[in-house]
Amino acid sequence: MDLSELLDIATAHQASQKPIRVHCCTSTGCRAAKALEVFKNLKTAVDDEELSDRVNVVGVGCMGFCGRGPLVQIDPDQMLYEEVKPDEAASIIGAIKGGTAIALKGDVQHPFFARQVKIVREHSGKVDPESIEDYIAVGGYRSLYKAIYELSPAEVVDEITRSGLRGRGGGGYPTGLKWATVAKMPGDQKYVICNGDEGDPGAFMDRSVLESDPHLVLEGMAIAGYAIGANHGFLYVRAEYPLAIQRLQKAIQQAKKYGLLGSQIFESPFDFKVDIRIGAGAFVCGEETALIQSIEGGRGNPRPRPPYPAQSGLWKCPTLINNVETFANISAIIREGSDWYASIGTEKSKGTKIFALTGKIRNNGLIEVPMGITLREIVEEMGGGVPDGEVKAVQTGGPSGGCIPASLLDTPVDYDSLVAIGSMMGSGGMVVMDQETNMVEVAQFYMEFCRGETCGKCVPCRTGTVQLYALLTKLLRHQATQADLDKLESLCYMVQETSLCGLGISAPNPILSTLRYFNHEYIELLQTPSYLNEKVNDKVNGKVTAER
Amino acid sequence: MVMQSSTTAQSPSEQPPATQPKVAKTKSEHPSGDRRFKTLDMTMKRHQYKPDALIEVLHKAQESFGYLEEDVLTYIARGLKLPLSKVYGTATFYHLFSLKPSGAHTCVVCLGTACYVKGSNKVAEELQQELGIQMGETTPDGKISLMAARCIGACGIAPAVVFDGTVAGKQQPEMALARIKDWEAE
Repeated sequence: MDLSELLDIATAHQASQKPIRVHCCTSTGCRAAKALEVFKNLKTAVDDEELSDRVNVVGVGCMGFCGRGPLVQIDPDQMLYEEVKPDEAASIIGAIKGGTAIALKGDVQHPFFARQVKIVREHSGKVDPESIEDYIAVGGYRSLYKAIYELSPAEVVDEITRSGLRGRGGGGYPTGLKWATVAKMPGDQKYVICNGDEGDPGAFMDRSVLESDPHLVLEGMAIAGYAIGANHGFLYVRAEYPLAIQRLQKAIQQAKKYGLLGSQIFESPFDFKVDIRIGAGAFVCGEETALIQSIEGGRGNPRPRPPYPAQSGLWKCPTLINNVETFANISAIIREGSDWYASIGTEKSKGTKIFALTGKIRNNGLIEVPMGITLREIVEEMGGGVPDGEVKAVQTGGPSGGCIPASLLDTPVDYDSLVAIGSMMGSGGMVVMDQETNMVEVAQFYMEFCRGETCGKCVPCRTGTVQLYALLTKLLRHQATQADLDKLESLCYMVQETSLCGLGISAPNPILSTLRYFNHEYIELLQTPSYLNEKVNDKVNGKVTAER
Repeated sequence: MVMQSSTTAQSPSEQPPATQPKVAKTKSEHPSGDRRFKTLDMTMKRHQYKPDALIEVLHKAQESFGYLEEDVLTYIARGLKLPLSKVYGTATFYHLFSLKPSGAHTCVVCLGTACYVKGSNKVAEELQQELGIQMGETTPDGKISLMAARCIGACGIAPAVVFDGTVAGKQQPEMALARIKDWEAE
């Protein structure tokens, strides 16, 4: 495989396409709403209407508007249909011939779509994730070629550094710096790991990227391998994402067949192979050292850092670990250049970020927005606000993040602004809560999560989460006093400061942020004199109190 | 067959009397036991019996046996030359591995944040009440297992419930109950 062959594949594939492409989403979300039946019926309808010489029906990845699935989009007309039912499929095809479609029409000019800036999701929902030719036809694997033949490894690292890309897994560590550290390490054997253990409840960006454009992630990993001098990559995916795993396996096979992965890529001396490792349901494995333990076949227990994985990671070799979305940005940066990338976003947070906008909000789904956009723009303009109600809080960052009150909706979304108000970017979950949501219950919900997911290695996290959960339960039963509330807060700081890994360090965040912004809800739950009176009366009357 | 391959993996001379009853038990519980152990052998061989392959092998074992019983864990420990404690420790660490058999049907309620905010806890409560079991348990007749998931990534269609591997979105308690009742009637 060389460049001309790659371009030939692209041209041949483009030529084989028919003038009209009907895209039908076949990702997990839409599948649950019978998208596969819709897809089948669309194909049958094309044959029935004798349109097969003009129309291609393509199963594609996520288009983003998951709350209104299944979605069907027709190119080049930009026509979008939402909540398509299997029996409406024929009318959509009929409409191409001039008939009337009975399916619900969507508005592609709606801010939900119009305000997005797509870099990672550029081809998501447009290409068939199970066809490498589709990906090559839109320019795929050309960045890898450019990296290998036009840039030295050091220049690739430099390009990533200058782009200002920061880790999309939540921490926001500068990607270029991480690459440079691994590249500088001595040793012949280095590894690239892609962290697809997207455990934050309420986040599904990585799943969507892996399901919709698997080659984009593979290309990013290969470029990383070239830049740091690694010849072996691991893609760690949650077992909860069977479709993503299946599509990745297929993508790896196809790329190997074309010589785009494996030995002597593009007939250069560069070798790079990718293996998939499937998780087994442990949230803590999203932590890099725990993830390494898991790939090595053991319990996902984190270990103290340093040494960082960049120095001593997988099988004690220098290892680069990045998130799925980080790798998915690489191809565009190499193709368009670091200056272009750095021109998007804010001073310290460059580029775009995908968010999973969910919860009590009108427009549910995935959005890719430039850094620096305000929460209000996302929630109210793009999301369309809360149906029949008002926004009370927006939760970002999952169990490690915090709840941002409605009064702070004008905060720009970037790494540092979110940390400043007690939350964090996290992997990109954004759950909107309305006035009906009880914030103490939300804190309890997250603490229950962390209590169940702690690996048990370090004491502050293992017992701290249990104690914090008990205190919150006590509060919710109206049995707590001010002293308990004080204890809750001080225990939060103790767990935060003394835990070993990110799970424990950030576990108290949901409590601390709700204590900070919704303190009155905690105060209202405190033991009241009337409650005590009731108890005394019960005792006097000889009733046995159920509560302990 | 089982006995043979497991004993060849480790000191063959003294083992037979000790493992004899176990094999008999395995055979009575798993009539097709032999072939499934063969699949395990193949998986381990493909990974060159490297201890690092433990999780892959456990995945395979769970897939073929439905759950990880003691015999299977011992067999894997011998094959990969790992102490049983390490195999057991790993198998119990991950939520996905089950050491108990699961029901004929499984119902997984997503309790991720998006689903929770949209009332998945009510779905879970009603299902628990209907079946008379808690999350993570199986009905005494072995028909239905009820489980909770942290997040299955189907947040756009919250609340989501997975019935026998098929995701169903926007589930109200009565919708989920109807599905469960169909299973119960079988």
